[in-house]
Amino acid sequence: MSKQILDARKMLCPLPVIKAQNQIKLMSQGEELDVICTDPGALHDIPAWARINGHEVIATQQNDDELVITVRVGA
Amino acid sequence: MEKKHKAVALISGGLDSMLAVRVMQEQGIEVEGINFYTGFCVEGHTHAIRNHDKDKQKRNNALWVAEQLGIKLHIVDVIEEYKDVLLNPKHGYGANMNPCLDCKIFMVSKAVEWIKENHHDGFDFIITGEVIGQRPMSQRKATMPIISEESGAEDLLLRPLCAKNLPETLPEREGWVDRSKLYDFHGRNRKPQIALAKQFGLTDFATPAGGCCFLTDKNYSDKLVDLWKARNSREYEMDDIMLLKVGRHIRPSADFKLIIARDAGESKFLEGYRKEFISIHALSHSGPMALVDGKLDEEQYTLAAAIVARFGQGRMADEVELDIALPKQGSLQVKTPPLSAEQVLQEWYV
Repeated sequence: MSKQILDARKMLCPLPVIKAQNQIKLMSQGEELDVICTDPGALHDIPAWARINGHEVIATQQNDDELVITVRVGA
Repeated sequence: MEKKHKAVALISGGLDSMLAVRVMQEQGIEVEGINFYTGFCVEGHTHAIRNHDKDKQKRNNALWVAEQLGIKLHIVDVIEEYKDVLLNPKHGYGANMNPCLDCKIFMVSKAVEWIKENHHDGFDFIITGEVIGQRPMSQRKATMPIISEESGAEDLLLRPLCAKNLPETLPEREGWVDRSKLYDFHGRNRKPQIALAKQFGLTDFATPAGGCCFLTDKNYSDKLVDLWKARNSREYEMDDIMLLKVGRHIRPSADFKLIIARDAGESKFLEGYRKEFISIHALSHSGPMALVDGKLDEEQYTLAAAIVARFGQGRMADEVELDIALPKQGSLQVKTPPLSAEQVLQEWYV
């Protein structure tokens, strides 16, 4: 299954959410997107956005100041 | 089977848009939300920057509202297009740099555009949480038809909370929506909304004073005007908007302004801009990160450093050593006595 990466470092919410949303629009069901970001607000906002729009956050990693949030595209 | 009608709702994250959606859902209308990000939205941002905000819930209210309502939410980046709204508002500004009426017209027109772009999803009309008399500039009896007309929405724009005070719209005329079950709220009294929220079982909702936009804030507007004046241009970029929300802004000269962090969170945030701006921080004592917005000649290095020293732990010391980092040009160290509180003139504070 293909995986894409989105660099949303230095962006403050809701920009990481908007960028993720726009990229996911171009992806197919089942594909995965790694969103790399630095705003801790994304830890709340990306899962919330994913829940209401039918996608799934399948992993969250935190390394120093960077976060990687993996979203699996829903229907 | 009868077609289920569908509306797109402008969602700010506040109570009114939340109620407007619930009123439509009660009538069997399928609703999806749309939220526009202008760059000046209060949501999010500064929560991520300042230390004392760290404990506050970092939720984005528009997303939270959508989740409570069980609707999809589309967040649209309008940063670039919004510049024209802010710089050239046909209907002028409110008390500060807030072009509220033009902003509302713009957002409704974007919703009209969005409906067209997403025609395959079958949206029939637009709803907002507007209430006549709720806001002094954009939500008045006289402005309601202006918004409908100038946005191009015309009678596709329904305001469920005050519809009974307004002419019938298409969804009402067509019978998709029962007008008798809409509301006639008006004025600044929030009691009817609070009562309706209670009726719907909604107990947790955001009620931001002054709305959800930094442009309604006097301090923020003053900083924006200062920025434009100093640059002799009203152009701005996203980074400019962000930096106006952070730190103390001190302009000791027409040539430059210092942005001095107020806590460790802001220092860290400003560090991210060291490749683009001259930055100053104390070496001999702990102290804040500061950025220089503008040009600094050699004579001004010491003044800028002495001001920054004033806001660190070395403020009472005889001398503070500071590092001045110039993007792509290395750095230099300066030793200077800090300015006293009185020497940092009140008129320098933006």
